Amino acid sequence: MSLYALCFILFSIGLYCLLVKRNLVKKIIGLGIAEYAVNLFFILLGFKENAEAPIIDKYAATQNFVDPLPQALILTSIVIGLGVMAVMVAISVRIYEKYRTFDIREIRRLKG
Amino acid sequence: MLEHHVIILLMIAGAIVAMELEDMLSSVIALGAVGIGLTLEFLLLRAPDLAITQLVVEILSLIILIRATVGVKLPPEKVKGRIGYFLFAVVFVVAFLVFSYRALGALPAFGSPIMKMGSLYVKEALAKTGAANIVSAVILDFRGYDTLGEATILFTSVIGVLAIVRKVGRKP
Amino acid sequence: MRQESGMTLIVKRITRITVSLIFLFGVYIMLHGHLTPGGGFAGGVIIALSFIHLVLAFGKKAALKRISETTISAFESIGGVFFWSIALGGLLFSGVYFLNFLPKGEAFSLFSAGTIVFCNIAIFLKVGAGLFAIFVALAFLRMPDEKEEGGKAA
Repeated sequence: MSLYALCFILFSIGLYCLLVKRNLVKKIIGLGIAEYAVNLFFILLGFKENAEAPIIDKYAATQNFVDPLPQALILTSIVIGLGVMAVMVAISVRIYEKYRTFDIREIRRLKG
Repeated sequence: MLEHHVIILLMIAGAIVAMELEDMLSSVIALGAVGIGLTLEFLLLRAPDLAITQLVVEILSLIILIRATVGVKLPPEKVKGRIGYFLFAVVFVVAFLVFSYRALGALPAFGSPIMKMGSLYVKEALAKTGAANIVSAVILDFRGYDTLGEATILFTSVIGVLAIVRKVGRKP
Repeated sequence: MRQESGMTLIVKRITRITVSLIFLFGVYIMLHGHLTPGGGFAGGVIIALSFIHLVLAFGKKAALKRISETTISAFESIGGVFFWSIALGGLLFSGVYFLNFLPKGEAFSLFSAGTIVFCNIAIFLKVGAGLFAIFVALAFLRMPDEKEEGGKAA
């Protein structure tokens, strides 16, 4: 149970960073932290005590594996997170090129 | 049990450092430290596929984020006291923590998952697909639609980056 | 000796040795995805990293002379179409979308698991080419500050 609570705390740090910081790169970092916390939470939910990794061995015929379903979902989610982060970085680099700042308060002035 | 706590506490420390550092390059590197902690945690939780993928994705995202921050000269941030904004964020985070605390009671205990679908996949993966790696069998055979959607999202993000970054814009 | 782009001679020599090994490791991870940990996603990212290694060491122009952007986008499209055609093949040969229609073969050998190997190859092409295209696009976009410093930061 305490592991789940720590995972929620990690998520809330990412959420706080996303809400409070004014720097665009800091916002991307906050979103990344929140994403890590969610990935970790799924894998924690699928963990089984004294079980093996979900790869069938030729010689040891055991059926005692951890839950493979969350792992399959998170495997796609990691790569999607990378794609989303690349789009966010591209947008912020463009914004820096135009306004010479990462601060969202300065960007609000539409300079044309 | 103890090692999971230690690694997640280190990840939390790394996240706080990444959030609070002034220098953006340092905070990006601290984010990389959080990702490496996540890789270790995946290994301890018996998910080697995810550990490999997370490790290489972490390196690539570090390169992309360094690309965004290197050579950037920002003026020092002037801190204006906007206490309302800060309070709003704190209220939001505290509300999230309260709801998650109430949700903790409904979760299964750590180490004994509800494997409603998972046990079926474990039982039938080798007979139905012939793949020894059950995760691979799930993402590419039982749940191929998920992977097709993922490929679509990756394609869309590549198109988005190329459209944002291209040199010549259309003049109105 | 003329001025070359990219990093120093030491980095270039080491890169020539290591890039092929990294490439081989990515292909290994991808081909054994149905037997050992790994698969198309991890293999694709490793391949993208090997090409990024090449671009960082030799400079953009020298690396992109060998692998043009058209080739990258062609590979990505081939990966996407290949994956979709495997799904359609299931519909065509056995009436169910995404069905594993090839013979399963002997378990625990390299040529087993029917369409999963081909799906891994398709995902591998798609992820590797897509991430490398993202990196190339971001690397070509030059910050205005860097131009004044002579492009010191790659």
